[in-house]
Amino acid sequence: MSSTDMLQVISKNGKAKRGAEPNLPKKTLLAMYEAMMQTRLLDERMINLQRQGRIGFYVPSTGEEAAQVGSCMALDDTDWLFPSYRVPGLFLMRGVDIQHLVANCFGNEADLCKGRQMPVHYAFAEHKLVSISSPIGTHIIHATGLAMAQKLKKDKGISAVYFGDGGTSSNDFHSGLNFAGVAKAPVLFICTNNQWAISVPIEKQTASETIAIKGEAYGMPGVRVDGNDVLAVYDACKKAADRARKGDGPTLIELMTYRRGPHSSSDDPTRYRGNQADEWLDRDPILRFRKYLEVADMWSEKQETELIERLKAGINAEVKKGEAAGQPSLETMFTDVYANVPPHLREQYENLVRDEGTGHEPDPDAAFPL
Amino acid sequence: MSSITMVQAVNDALREEMRGDDDVVVLGEDVGINGGVFRCTADLIDEFGEERVIDTPLSESGIIGAAVGMALYGLKPVPEIQFSDFIWPAFDQITSEMAKMRYRSGGQFTCPMVVRTPYGGGIRGGHYHSQSPEAYFTHTPGLVVVIPSDPYDAKGLLKAAIRCEDPVIFLEPKRIYRAPKMDVPDDDDYVVEIGKAAVRREGTDFTITAYGAMVAVALEACEKAAEQGWSGEVVDLRTLLPLDEDAIIQSVTKTGRLVTLQEATKFCGFSSEISAIVAEKAIDVLEAPVKRVSGFDVPFPYTLEHVYMPHADRVLKAIEGVMTY
Ligand SMILES: Cc1ncc(C[n+]2csc(CCOP(=O)(O)OP(=O)(O)O)c2C)c(N)n1
Ligand SMILES: [Mg+2]
Repeated sequence: MSSTDMLQVISKNGKAKRGAEPNLPKKTLLAMYEAMMQTRLLDERMINLQRQGRIGFYVPSTGEEAAQVGSCMALDDTDWLFPSYRVPGLFLMRGVDIQHLVANCFGNEADLCKGRQMPVHYAFAEHKLVSISSPIGTHIIHATGLAMAQKLKKDKGISAVYFGDGGTSSNDFHSGLNFAGVAKAPVLFICTNNQWAISVPIEKQTASETIAIKGEAYGMPGVRVDGNDVLAVYDACKKAADRARKGDGPTLIELMTYRRGPHSSSDDPTRYRGNQADEWLDRDPILRFRKYLEVADMWSEKQETELIERLKAGINAEVKKGEAAGQPSLETMFTDVYANVPPHLREQYENLVRDEGTGHEPDPDAAFPL
Repeated sequence: MSSITMVQAVNDALREEMRGDDDVVVLGEDVGINGGVFRCTADLIDEFGEERVIDTPLSESGIIGAAVGMALYGLKPVPEIQFSDFIWPAFDQITSEMAKMRYRSGGQFTCPMVVRTPYGGGIRGGHYHSQSPEAYFTHTPGLVVVIPSDPYDAKGLLKAAIRCEDPVIFLEPKRIYRAPKMDVPDDDDYVVEIGKAAVRREGTDFTITAYGAMVAVALEACEKAAEQGWSGEVVDLRTLLPLDEDAIIQSVTKTGRLVTLQEATKFCGFSSEISAIVAEKAIDVLEAPVKRVSGFDVPFPYTLEHVYMPHADRVLKAIEGVMTY
């Protein structure tokens, strides 16, 4: 395989290419299908909440479910993940309760990040899912540094970082890959190439023939994968993970897909690409995998209906739980800035409570424009 | 005259300057067909084409660094940084390169250009879409730092900035991007002079210095103070660097009391400079210690944004403090 070919396992009609299938038990395959469906349904529910004004902002990952689920399935729970803002599936795969994701989107007192970040900027230390930052690309080099630490400490784990095609233009993409190449760090650079960075198409992001090819310049393999084919994604990531674990160093993985929805709940993509997204409807990753499972006699219409009903009910129940909490206390604005609250912050907090009390109503007119 | 928002004012200023000078170019993320995520560069690409309205790859150091190169050649680039919170990859290009080019080359090279970027809170954007970074730039010799507080100034100051011989950081208070509208001249030659503050309300008992979205908050606080019989004067700084010290000293000399107002965190904030200047040059006119109203010294929060942001009642408390000292 060269870094300009595209790896594919399942063809459009659901048939597997001979000899290309990874050896996965039925149970795992069905778990992957379920995780993809859960990701889709969660996104739909959250977008709905946003439209109803119950959460301020959301970033859907519609059409990118195979990229999330296939890659995460190829990793161990002890591996560290550096997610982007468009990979809710990773959190579901790692077993984070949906109510925690919901609490984050509400920014309420049940949110583990204490309502300090915008929606979808999750962090779950317990699951080795590192805090998401808005600035694009900054976490790519963190993953390299963490992998260097894993190598130093002879840790069996590896690290994996998720970013978009836009992210490949950031300074820290360059440093991240360069450092990792030199250090032979056990890290997977997983680029979800959904062909858009807000309104900027991939042709304006890079003049490279592919993103995968950039790996070669940093001394690592680059592989290009059909990102709507969950088995191909799994296979490429598993091989790269095995390689990293063996001490053979990093891999750049380009997952080709398409950002079907808006960049975020504040974006109107018809302004810059018309109805182009419709062309990708029949390349839907969930549909493709479902066909595969049906061809292999592992899935039926009845199972599909039952699954969707069960997942929806679960999501609704969790949304209720996650939404129930109140606003974070005023104190949370001043804690965690440092290990201990220093005197000037204590003074500012005490003055605030003395002058204004603890009751504050949010501004109903504030709305996030992007 | 047309009645327009600040977004439209920025757009008009860009269009007029691009029409008047072929060397003016716009570059940044999503500034082309999308017209900028806040629509400040809307439709410019239709009139001036892809070569003068450039959608760049996602790299802020690339955007500013490329603009520096263009400016060295003689173009007048007006790069946009989508949110000022994302300006930091370009900090080196701004502070080490753009700001120092003239000085380090003995005046042989210059890079006049305008870095436009929305800043400030009030839009539920959490800490990466809300910060006020002005003090990082006012700490850098060689930079001009401008912040308009209404559509009239946004247009006039931006046009002046594009014609300025020095590099300008042009911070746009996004909270008031779309409201309120205001009558703004259509005349090509109208500019607002850089380096001059404006008195937005005259008063005799206390002075408030403010800029950007905080000017409206200062005015609201003055209304409330008037109910108690206190007469406030509001000085809108408009240009932070070089600062119109005379306007501040003049006002404080008249009123004898000073409240400074900013959204940014307090410690080493721009207001600290104002209070130091007044202490050095006019301490004898003060009848009360200066009070600084600002954001708290914490990262900008999400849910508690409305607590973090200075509001009129918090300013009133400071006014009470200087009036009853
Ligand atoms: C350093 C930086 N610059 C600009 C932005 C604004 N911004 C947010 S997302 C985005 C596009 C990112 O595109 P890509 O990396 O392809 O990821 P995708 O959104 O497609 O998943 C931009 C420009 C940012 N968050 N950080
Ligand atoms: Mg993208």
